[in-house]
Amino acid sequence: MHIGLTPELAGLTGVYPADLGREIFIDKAKGPGIRIEGTVIDGAGDLIKDAVIETWQSDAKGRFDRQSTIGWGRTSTDLNTGLFAIDTIKPGTVSVEGGHTLAPHISVWVIARGINAGLFTRIYFADESVKNAADPTLSQLSDQTRIKTLLAQPQAPGLYRFDIRLQGDEETVFLDI
Amino acid sequence: MRLFPRNSAIHPKAHHPPYKSSTLRAPSHRPLQLPSTPTEETGPVFGHDILGPLDADLTRNFGATDAVALGPQIIVHGRVQDETGRPVPNALIEIWQANAAGRYRHRNDEYTAPLDPNFGGCGRTITDPGGVYSFRTIKPSPYPWPNGPNSWRPAHIHFSLFGSAFGQRLITQMYFEGDPLIPLCPIVSAISDERAVDQLTAPLDLDATQPMDALAYRFDIVLRGRTQIQFENRRDGL
Repeated sequence: MHIGLTPELAGLTGVYPADLGREIFIDKAKGPGIRIEGTVIDGAGDLIKDAVIETWQSDAKGRFDRQSTIGWGRTSTDLNTGLFAIDTIKPGTVSVEGGHTLAPHISVWVIARGINAGLFTRIYFADESVKNAADPTLSQLSDQTRIKTLLAQPQAPGLYRFDIRLQGDEETVFLDI
Repeated sequence: MRLFPRNSAIHPKAHHPPYKSSTLRAPSHRPLQLPSTPTEETGPVFGHDILGPLDADLTRNFGATDAVALGPQIIVHGRVQDETGRPVPNALIEIWQANAAGRYRHRNDEYTAPLDPNFGGCGRTITDPGGVYSFRTIKPSPYPWPNGPNSWRPAHIHFSLFGSAFGQRLITQMYFEGDPLIPLCPIVSAISDERAVDQLTAPLDLDATQPMDALAYRFDIVLRGRTQIQFENRRDGL
């Protein structure tokens, strides 16, 4: 129901030229293009069809743009199928103070009816196991069996799957970061 | 620039059974609290070039040219600052709301109140160098919703804000001073701190009203703070 964020989806056209955040990287040549598909699942196992999902990430070299909206995207779950898709490039390894590195990841913010404060999580990539093993955020998880909830799983070349589970045995790890 | 740990005491509880939709959508684990990293300390920067001339005037940004939306005209204005008190310039604010009859222009809104052909219900603006923003709209009406047998939302305007860091991302709602539905609302009561509810309630600002034209309401917004100091101690613990 987030009319002001995705007015076209709500059926409200004519105020803005287009919904914001549909293009994360206008120039896909800056890195390998990938698509991440998934769903948002509630505690009854039902798909949430009114979720808005925003993402923020580095470029393929691990750099964050600090002058524009490049690297930021906004999408939503489909009103009929519940599926969302993030068309972007694969982020790079991010260097931080102290010589540490963050494994390639995308920050994700989820809002929907019934989510009283937006939920942050991260998409990491299951095919980056060496970098993931050295990631300071993933290593902070006291229950390492939950790491799999943060991993996008390769489905085909350039295609990943990432489902967000709000409750249950495989509840996604959410971050206060 | 590090981000302050979030103060969970002022934010709504995720699981709040009186708000039925939260029961199946609230995570059961507490979020993993960690110091911010460059991912949260940076964020998208929106330029003024995305703004159309009527984006901050919801009374005129939809429908027939020169037509004006029905309802009491109001000005909503305020200042966006962070927890250190510093203004947040260049912050994109997106707003949306029901019309003067309590109806949203949304394909799934089934309330029988009429649509206004000249009211879309969304707008946006960007804060100035002092963190100040202003927009013109009509006062929305309360509306019924299917939570309990007789549930009504207080009149409200939805706000979405980007600060200068993605970790400051915020979505919230503004209420109107004196609305008797505020303390009855199960969405509002997910916030246990009364002062935090007061912060969401915009008072009438008589000094900013336009005589013979529009009443004004003042709504100041505080985003998560940023500092050079690295936090060693966590506010909440795990």
